[in-house]
Amino acid sequence: MAGWLLRRLGQIVPTLVILSFMVFGLQQLMPGDPAIILAGEERGDPVVLQQIREELRLDRPIWDQYLFWIGNVLQGDFGWSWRIRMPVSDLILEKLPVTAQLATMAFLIGVVIGVPAGILSATRRDTPTDWAANGVALFGISMPNFWLGIMMILLFSVELGWLPPSGYVPLWEDPVQSLATTIMPAFVLGTGVASVLMRHTRAAMLTALSQDYVRTARAKGLAEKVVVWKHALRNALIPVVTLGTIEFGRLLAGAVLTEQIFTIPGFGKLVVDAVFNRDYPVVQGVVLATALIFVLLSLVADLLYMAINPRLRQA
Amino acid sequence: MIRKSLAAACIGLAALAASPPAEAQNFRIGLREDPDILDPTLARTFVGRIVFAGLCDKLFEINERLEIVPQLATGYRWDDPTTLTITLRQGVRFHDGEPMTAESVAYSLNRHLTMQGSFRRGEIGSMQSVEVVDPQTVRVKLREPFAPFVSQLTDRAGMIVSPRAAEAAGRNFGNRPVCAGPMRFVERVAQDRIVLERFPEYWDAGRVHVQRVSYLPIPDGNVRLANLQSGALDLVEIEANDVRTVQRNNRLRVTMTDELGYQGITFNIGNGARAQTPFGQNPRIREAFELAIDRAAVNQVVFEGVHTLTAQPLPPANPYHVRNFQPEPRNVARARQLLAEAGVRTPLPVEMTVPNNPDLRQAAEVIQAMVREAGFDLRINAMEFASSLQAAVRGEFETYLLAWSGRVDPDGNTWTFIHSQGPQNDGKYSNPEVDRLLNAARVETDAEKRRELYAQVWTIALRQDRHRMYLWHRKQIVAHSARLQGFRPIPDGLIRIQDLRIQ
Repeated sequence: MAGWLLRRLGQIVPTLVILSFMVFGLQQLMPGDPAIILAGEERGDPVVLQQIREELRLDRPIWDQYLFWIGNVLQGDFGWSWRIRMPVSDLILEKLPVTAQLATMAFLIGVVIGVPAGILSATRRDTPTDWAANGVALFGISMPNFWLGIMMILLFSVELGWLPPSGYVPLWEDPVQSLATTIMPAFVLGTGVASVLMRHTRAAMLTALSQDYVRTARAKGLAEKVVVWKHALRNALIPVVTLGTIEFGRLLAGAVLTEQIFTIPGFGKLVVDAVFNRDYPVVQGVVLATALIFVLLSLVADLLYMAINPRLRQA
Repeated sequence: MIRKSLAAACIGLAALAASPPAEAQNFRIGLREDPDILDPTLARTFVGRIVFAGLCDKLFEINERLEIVPQLATGYRWDDPTTLTITLRQGVRFHDGEPMTAESVAYSLNRHLTMQGSFRRGEIGSMQSVEVVDPQTVRVKLREPFAPFVSQLTDRAGMIVSPRAAEAAGRNFGNRPVCAGPMRFVERVAQDRIVLERFPEYWDAGRVHVQRVSYLPIPDGNVRLANLQSGALDLVEIEANDVRTVQRNNRLRVTMTDELGYQGITFNIGNGARAQTPFGQNPRIREAFELAIDRAAVNQVVFEGVHTLTAQPLPPANPYHVRNFQPEPRNVARARQLLAEAGVRTPLPVEMTVPNNPDLRQAAEVIQAMVREAGFDLRINAMEFASSLQAAVRGEFETYLLAWSGRVDPDGNTWTFIHSQGPQNDGKYSNPEVDRLLNAARVETDAEKRRELYAQVWTIALRQDRHRMYLWHRKQIVAHSARLQGFRPIPDGLIRIQDLRIQ
């Protein structure tokens, strides 16, 4: 077990190295000279542009820039935001709790709605309950987040005045206000997750329910409740857990549109603004951090499999 | 069960969140984007200037009529065309308690001029040296006469920072700026908020009535408006098509002013291979293009008719605006005739680069339909803004729909864009006579003569050479809560904290 864990952790290193190459390479493909973009309307002075390029090492070959950056990263220094001159690690640490809170809330909403709905529609296959659940799920997948977000703001903030329309209050400053500011975006994100989870839970449950062991269980005379919850669900959950961790990872990577609409200062907003402003150190730092989160989550998923399915523990 | 507890939780939350405690005199402003670094020397965004209006006083200020009035200075005089003497206000203190002296002014001007990566260098580059005459007077020597110099000191280049704080913080000064404005810096959470508080020792403290100002970047226009409607913000900039919504709401107020800048179309006539087209080489074809466009119709369709139509870079409020230089009325027949005389096959393909935002794209589509009637096949190339700037610099465009935020002095709207050496002359227009006139206008101190010089520039560069066309001066539309009293719109679009009260 310990050996397995070490091997899995060891795999993370090459993944991150390859990823760091890709991040660095991809941003070279982004159109736009960062110096000109940083200068914006003040791009008039070639001397200033040259000074910026020198300061940001943009006048050096790409491999030189990469080595400089990766060397600092290995020492824990992610560099400075070119735009607001704050350390990238500070920015990441500042945004991480925001995104983690939002992602957790959205994920909980997604699981609480999605999984039971999937089970329900699988056990009542081809009944109006099933059709209704499927219809709602399709609606949830197809509905653009920004539209749902604006509609919720108009209803709950402008018309009813129940919730603040945007912004964010940290959990430890004022828990109630914090929930009030995040409940709408979490719900918007959660509907998407719920729909995906519902569809997959339903499919996996249908497969499980048609298996021989379920027939055997029923033949033994077990109560339907026990058959569904104990025998079928446990097996059906494996693909759902995989999907759940991927969805959670996606939420943690930042929900760009939703954060933009609700002005939540999270990862998504950080990275999008950084891309538009060609703030390369921020893009690099956030992508690397996000990748690390993803890789760790897939490790968590593997551990969860073992918890659910004892057979995997031998492997 | 789940549904019930969820519903209960929602209601509970709603009840608790319904009316956040009204903080007395906390003034909340919604910004279009997150400002960049808050160092007056290194900053470059427009939204950053809105924050500086609360944070950093300048040597000079501008008023509603675009006149230059004293702020940290008490006056100035030109001893000769290259020597400017500035007298300073007494009893001014920085936010760190240090008094402002002639030394601090000299330090700040030198910092703007010489700090590495300074974006102020271009604005006060004509400055050769600054010397302290006595504790309340500085003397600035210019390399050459430069009439707009004093007007440059009405913005970031005229902001005075505390030398002690600036020396201590170095390049990180922007993370904790120390100036002499009405409000002092409290905190900044990137992409979330910038908070300032009233500075009790401000030299003009009697005019400052708000205790706190929060600047909240909210990029989405609908969400900004929703925040204003729900009372979460006190003042936001809004889009033209939201004006009616706000006017219908009796708890809100709208003010509109012409901006200092313009929206126009830059033509590529000399920047690389893309200029080597009939359109780029023949001014009569560009004249046909301009004659095919009905500015009023575009303005009406896309912007509810709020913008001020124009044919020149200076808005009517600018003292150097040339009154009798007006847009030509649309004339499709004449446009067709010009194209026929030029001997080009119609429809003539032309590409227009458009920064990718909904309003501009829509404007481009209306223009596309209009010029088609005259015989142009306009293809719209929508590009993300940063990329479009780069394309413009490299000459990778034929025409470019671009706006300029504008400067107080006419030089800031003209020389950089029209002079053959102008760093933002993306179309690489070059006419020695126009260069001569622009240089002359730079040093001319007589207002009447200076306006005449600009009128000549318009005639040659616009009517004869058609190197670019100007469409309209955008309106700055500010919506604010009716509880906010004392708001005076200034054409530069910045929000002064002085005299504001929240009832």
